[in-house]
Amino acid sequence: MKQLSTKVTSNAHGQDSSYFLGWEEYEKNPYDETKNPNGIIQMGLAENQLCFDLIETWLAKNPDAAGLKKDGQSIFKELALFQDYHGLPEFKKALAEFMEEIRGNRVTFDPSKIVLAAGSTSANETLMFCLAEPGDAFLLPTPYYPGFDRDLKWRTGAEIVPIHCSSSNGFQITESALQQAYQQAQKLDLKVKGILVTNPSNPLGTMLTRRELNLLVDFVSSKNIHLISDEIYSGTVFGFEQFVSVMDVLKDKNLENTEVSKRVHVVYSLSKDLGLPGFRVGAIYSNDEMVVSAATKMSSFGLVSSQTQYLLSALLSDKKFTSTYLDENKKRLKIRQKQLVSGLEAAGVTSLKSNAGLFCWVDMRHLLDTNTFEAELELWKKIVYEVKLNISPGSSCHCTEPGWFRVCFANMSEDTLDLAMKRLKEYVESTDSRRMISKSSHERIKSLRKRTVSNWVFRVSWTDRVPDER
Amino acid sequence: MVSFVTEKKQNLNLLSRIASGDGHGENSSYFDGWKAYEENPFHPIDRPDGVIQMGLAENQLCGDVMRKWVLKHPEASICTEQGLNGFSDIAIFQDYHGLPEFRQAVAKFMEKTRNNRVKFDPDRIVMSGGATGAHETVAFCLANPGDGFLVPTPYYPGFDRDLRWRTGVNLVPVTCHSSDGFKITVEALEAAYEKARESNIPVKGLLMTNPSNPLGTTLDRECLKSLVKFTNEKKIHLIADEIYAATTFGQSEFISVAEVIEEIEDCNRDLIHIVYSLSKDMGLPGFRVGIVYSYNDRVVQIARKMSSFGLVSSQTQHLIAKMLSDEDFVDEFIRESKLRLAARHAELTTGLDGLGIGWLKAEAGLFLWMDLRNLLKTATFDSETELWRVIIHQVKLNVSPGGSFHCHEPGWFRVCFANMDHKTMETALERIRVFTSQLEEETKPMASTTMMAKKKKKCWQSNLRLSFNDKRRFDDGFFSPHSPVPPSPLVRAQT
Repeated sequence: MKQLSTKVTSNAHGQDSSYFLGWEEYEKNPYDETKNPNGIIQMGLAENQLCFDLIETWLAKNPDAAGLKKDGQSIFKELALFQDYHGLPEFKKALAEFMEEIRGNRVTFDPSKIVLAAGSTSANETLMFCLAEPGDAFLLPTPYYPGFDRDLKWRTGAEIVPIHCSSSNGFQITESALQQAYQQAQKLDLKVKGILVTNPSNPLGTMLTRRELNLLVDFVSSKNIHLISDEIYSGTVFGFEQFVSVMDVLKDKNLENTEVSKRVHVVYSLSKDLGLPGFRVGAIYSNDEMVVSAATKMSSFGLVSSQTQYLLSALLSDKKFTSTYLDENKKRLKIRQKQLVSGLEAAGVTSLKSNAGLFCWVDMRHLLDTNTFEAELELWKKIVYEVKLNISPGSSCHCTEPGWFRVCFANMSEDTLDLAMKRLKEYVESTDSRRMISKSSHERIKSLRKRTVSNWVFRVSWTDRVPDER
Repeated sequence: MVSFVTEKKQNLNLLSRIASGDGHGENSSYFDGWKAYEENPFHPIDRPDGVIQMGLAENQLCGDVMRKWVLKHPEASICTEQGLNGFSDIAIFQDYHGLPEFRQAVAKFMEKTRNNRVKFDPDRIVMSGGATGAHETVAFCLANPGDGFLVPTPYYPGFDRDLRWRTGVNLVPVTCHSSDGFKITVEALEAAYEKARESNIPVKGLLMTNPSNPLGTTLDRECLKSLVKFTNEKKIHLIADEIYAATTFGQSEFISVAEVIEEIEDCNRDLIHIVYSLSKDMGLPGFRVGIVYSYNDRVVQIARKMSSFGLVSSQTQHLIAKMLSDEDFVDEFIRESKLRLAARHAELTTGLDGLGIGWLKAEAGLFLWMDLRNLLKTATFDSETELWRVIIHQVKLNVSPGGSFHCHEPGWFRVCFANMDHKTMETALERIRVFTSQLEEETKPMASTTMMAKKKKKCWQSNLRLSFNDKRRFDDGFFSPHSPVPPSPLVRAQT
C-alpha cells in the first residue's frame, strides 16, 4: 500500500520471526495450574517473578511512597504536572546509586549523565538514532536478543552485522571473529559505527570475561567507534563470580575521562533486575555530553511516567531494601537455575554453564534429526505443540549453530518448572525409544552418552582453560 | 585551543546528523522566554517580581478534584494496602496491547468528551509516549523520509521536532490569515499542496489541531467536512490532533473528525487518524498517556508494534483505567474543568478588554491568541521579537510570540491562562496594565479591521517609544526561531 511508509509495509519489525510465533501459540493455549493444566508453559519469557514479595513488603511499610505522598501530604498534583525530560532528580540519583551498588561500588555513576527512556527498548533505539546514520552498522556478537532486530534497525535504518561466536569456546568473543565481522561490514559497504554487547548475555546467561571486555575496549579504541554495553541483567548475576562492567574495565585501564570513555555507553533498565517490565523504566548512561544532550531531548518520545519515577526513587533510595533485595534475588535465581539445570540433565539435556540471567542456553543438538536449522525448527515445533513448552529456538537469536534453545526459568513457580521438566523428560525418553527402534540401540546410547559426556568434559575443561583475569 | 576544536569536530563526526544537528528545535530563541522564567520564576511570596509563566499550556485548574478522587480511591494504586494485591500482575504487564480496562476506559472518555455523539473502538486504541510520541509514530507509519505533511499555520512549534526530527519528514505550511479569522480554506490547502509538488515533496497527509493550538478555536462542521473531502480526493491522510477536545467552554462545541466521517458518503476511512492524550484534558502531562487512534487496520497494527518504544507505564494504565471508569467522577471533572476554564478565560479577556488589547475570539484550549499588532514599531517579525523581549524582561511575562508558531503575520502572541491561580492572573493583568499605561499615546490608524470581539480601542503611536529605560541590547535582525504564527483559522464574531 503506497499510502503507508515502507516501515509499515516491510517486515523489519521482526515480529514474523519464530521468537514471536511461539508467543502467539502460547497465548492461544496458556498453561494454568487449575484452569488449563495441559496448556503451553511459557519458557520463552525472560521475566523475573521471584522477588515480588520483597517489593510488596516494602510498599506495605512505606505508605507515603505507595500513596504518592511526601511527609503525609499528597503530591499527586505536582507529579501529574511533572514532565521535565531531565527526569525527577531524586530518581536519577537513586538509580545511579543502585547501578553502583550492583557493581560493588567499584565505579561511580553521575546522575547527570543518565538519560531516562521508556524501557531499554527505547533506550537502545534512541542510542542508535544518536550514533548511527541510516545504513551505518553496529556489530553484535551472536547469539543475540531477537528484539534487537527491531529496536536497533527498524525505524533507524541502521544495520546489524553479526560477530559469529561458536560453542567451541562457549560462545566467547574472539579477536578473529571481531575482525572478520568488521571486514564483512566493509565488504558490504557498511560504515561500522560501533559494537553492541549484552552483558550478562541474553540468551547465553553468561558474563563477558575480562579478556573479552579488554578486547572490545581496545578494538573500539583503535577503530574510533562506539561501544554500547547493554547491562540490563547486571543485577541477576548469581554465580560466585562478580559482575564486571565495561565501566570497571575503563577504570582499570585508566581510561576514565578519555576520548575512549566518551564512546562507551551503558544501557540499563529495571525490567529484569527488579522484575518491573510493566513500568517501562530504561536508562542510557553516557560520558559524552552531546549524546546525553541529544538523547535527553529524544526521551520526549518516551518519558518515564512521573508517578513511576517517584515510587521507584523512594524504593531505590532505601539502601537497606536494595542490598537485601539484590542478595535475595541472587539466591532465588541460583536455586531456580539449579532446578532447571538438574531437570534438563535428568532428561539427558545439557546447557551452557551460566552464572547470570533469567534463562539457560540449552543444548539440544543431539535431538536434531539433522544438523540443520530446518531440523531445529521441526524440533522446536514439536516442543511447542507436543511437549507444550514455549522455548526460543537459537535461530531466532541468530545463532550460527542449529540445536540451541533459550529456556527461561524465573517467570514461573517451582511446581510449574517441575512439570515442564517432567514433560521434557517424557518427550526425550519417548523420542529415544522411537529412535532405538529405528537405529541399533547400542550405537544410539553410546553416541548419546558420548555427546553428553563430551559436553560435560568440554565445559569443565573450558572454564579451566580460560581463567578469569580478575 | 586548536586541539579542542579538532576534538569537538571529531566528536561531531562520531554522532549521527540527527544528534548533532538542530532538528530538536531547542536552539530556537523561543526557549529564551523559558530560560528567563527558569532563572527567575514568579512566586507570590518568595519572588513577587519573578517572571510569570504564561507560555505553558497546562491545565492546572482541577487538580483538587483529581486529588480528592485519588485519596478516596486507594485501590486505584497498586502500591497501597487496598491495591497491593494487583501489584505483581501489573508490574509484569508489558503487553503492547495495553490493559483492556485501560483501553476501554480511554475509549469511553473520548466518547464523553465528544458528547457521546460517536463511538470509539477500544481495539483501535494504541498507546504512545504522550501526544509527542503519538505524532512521531504516526509520521513513521504514514510517511517516508522526504515526504511532507501539510500543516495549517499557526501551529504548535513542537511539531517541527515531533514530526520531522527523527523521521526525516517535511512540514509544508498552509498559510491562514487573520483577515478571514485564520480560516483553513481549500484555496490555501491547494496552494500549499501545489507548492509542495513544485518543491518535489510528495505530500502524504494533512495534520490539523482541533481545537487549535495556539488559537483556541474549534473547526466547524463545514470546515471539517471540507478537510476530509480535500484529503480523500487527494488520497492523502488526515491526522486530527484532538488533545484539547475537552477544553471547550462557553458556547463553542467541539466536533470531532470522528463524527464528520459518519456524515460523508464513501469516505475512505483508511486515511483518517486521531492523536489524543490525557495531558491537556485531564491535566496529567507527567503520566505520559498518548493515544493513536486510527481507522486504518494496518496502521493500528504497526503503530502498536511501534508503541514498544513508548508504552504507558502499567502503573499509570491501572490508575487511569480505574479513574476513567468512574463515570460520575469523569462527568464531574469535565463539567468543573469547563466552568473553571471559562472563568479564568473571562478574567483574562475582561482584563485585556479594559486595556484595549485585542484577542481572537475562541472558546477552547488553555490559552488566548492576543493581538498586539498595533504595538509593533513596524509590521515585521523583528519588531515582534523586540516587543516580545520587552514583555519577557520588563513586563516579566513569558508569553509565546506568534513567530514561534509560524504565524504569517507578526504581532500575535499566545498567552496561557490555565496554569496559574487567580492571584497570579491578577498580578499578570496588573503588569500588563502598567506596561500599557507607560506607552505614549499617539494617533495611529488601525492596520486593518479583522473579525474580532468588541474591544475598547486605543490608538497607538506608529513609532512606539518605550518610556521606561531599557538598557538591554536587542538582537539585531534576530528572527524568532518560531516561524510566523498564521492567523487564526476560524474566528467568527459573536455580533
